[in-house]
Amino acid sequence: MSAAEVAIIDYGVGNLRSVEKAFRASGYEAVVSGDAGVLGAARRLVLPGVGAFGACMNALRERGFDRLVRERARAGTPLLGVCVGMQMLFDESEEFGRSEGLGLLGGRVRRFPDTLLVPQTGWNQVEQKSAHALFEGIEANSFFYFVHSYYCEPHEPEVVRGETEYGATYASVVARGAICGVQFHPEKSQAAGLRLLRNFAGLGARDR
Amino acid sequence: MLAKRIIPCLDIDHGRVVKGIRFASLVDAGDPVEQAKRYDAEGADELAFLDITASSGKRAIVADLVRRVADEVFIPFTVGGGLGTLEDIRAVLRSGADKVTLNTAAVERPEVIGEGAETFGSQCIVVAIDARRRDAADAGVGWEVFTHGGRRNKGWDALEWATRAERLGAGEILLTSMDADGTRGGFDLELTRAVADAVRIPVIASGGAGTLEHFYDALAVGRASAVLAASLFHFGEYKVSEVKNYLRARGVVMR
Repeated sequence: MSAAEVAIIDYGVGNLRSVEKAFRASGYEAVVSGDAGVLGAARRLVLPGVGAFGACMNALRERGFDRLVRERARAGTPLLGVCVGMQMLFDESEEFGRSEGLGLLGGRVRRFPDTLLVPQTGWNQVEQKSAHALFEGIEANSFFYFVHSYYCEPHEPEVVRGETEYGATYASVVARGAICGVQFHPEKSQAAGLRLLRNFAGLGARDR
Repeated sequence: MLAKRIIPCLDIDHGRVVKGIRFASLVDAGDPVEQAKRYDAEGADELAFLDITASSGKRAIVADLVRRVADEVFIPFTVGGGLGTLEDIRAVLRSGADKVTLNTAAVERPEVIGEGAETFGSQCIVVAIDARRRDAADAGVGWEVFTHGGRRNKGWDALEWATRAERLGAGEILLTSMDADGTRGGFDLELTRAVADAVRIPVIASGGAGTLEHFYDALAVGRASAVLAASLFHFGEYKVSEVKNYLRARGVVMR
C-alpha cells in the first residue's frame, strides 16, 4: 500500500467525514485513519478536534498518537491542527484548571472573557499577518467559520500568520515551518476553506 | 468582526423538501441537496433542516440525507425534528451534520442537553424554544414554552427555560415566536431582545420575517446573532443574497 497524501487522524473525536469530503472537493484524496501504520507513513497529517481540550488530549494519548504526532511533526511532516487540534499544538490550556498539550508550539490556550458571547459562533475575518503557503490564492480578510470558546496565545509572535478580532485580537492561523494550525473550520468555510485545504495538501519539503 | 448570520431552513419529509406551513398542506418541493447547494451559492451562512418524517425508519432516512448534504455543501448545517436521545444525536453528527436542535425532548428530559454537550461539545447542541405570549397585547407578562410542534403548552416561562438550557450546556438558542410565525408581520422583537439579554450564548431569531427591514430589526433591535427563515426563501420572495446586501448597506456586518 502506498503512503496516503493526507491522513486525518481518527482518535474517536469529531466530525471527520466533513474534513475528508472537503479535501476531496478541493482536489485531494484524504484518508481517515486510526491506524498507527497509516498515520506513520502518510505524507501529511491533519489533527482535528472538537469539544474539551483535556478529553481530546486524553483520547490522543490513549492511542499513543501524541508521540506519533510529535515525532512526525518534528521530522518535518506537514501537520494541520484544526480548531481544538490547533490548540493542542501548544504547551497547555487553562480549560478545567490546566491540561497539557503537545508542546510543538510555545504558548497557552485561554478562555474568552465572559463579557463576550461564548462560544464565538459564526463567520469572522482573518487578517493575514505574514505570508505562508496556506494563504496562497486566499484574499485578505476572507471570512471563515469559527466555533470555539478558547483561543491560542502563542509565546513567539513570529508563528502568528493570521489574526481575528473577537473582543480582542487573537491568533487564528499559526505556523512554524510545516507545523500549522487554524482555529476555524476550513471544511465548513466554503471556497476559502477549500482553498486552504488544497494549499495544505500541496505543502511539501520546500515549505519547511 | 464576527458577522451576523442568515440561515435558510428546509422542511424535510422522507428525504424530500416539502413546502407548507409546518404540518399543513405539504407539497413536494424537490431534492434537499439541490436546494442546499442553491442557498449555499446565494451566500447562506448556515443551513437548517427540520425533519418531519414520521416513520420507524426515520433515523436511517435522516442519516442518508445528512450524508448526501455533507458530501456537497461546505458550510455548517443543523438538523432537528424529533431527535430525543444521545443515539439520535450521534447518528446525525456522525453522518456529517454540525449541530442538532433539540426541542420537545429537551423540555421532557432537560438532562439530554448536558449529556449531548458533554459527549459532543456545547457547540453542537442547539436548544429550540417555541414561545407564545401569555397576553398577545402585553409582552410584560412574558412568554410560555410550547412543545410538540406548538401543540402543547408546557406552561414554563421562556426566559427561565432559555437561561436553564444555557446552564445545562446549550451552545445556541433557536427562538421561534409562535405569535409571529407565519404572519410575515415581523419578529417578536421584545421576545428576541429579552432572551438575547438573558443569556450569554448566541440567539437565532425565527418566525415572522416578511420584509427586509424585519431582518434588520431582529439583529439590531432584537440583538439576535442570527436570523432563520423558511417560507420567505422557499417561495422566492427574497434571495439570501438580497437580504444580505440590504443588511450590509445598513451597516450590519455580513460575510
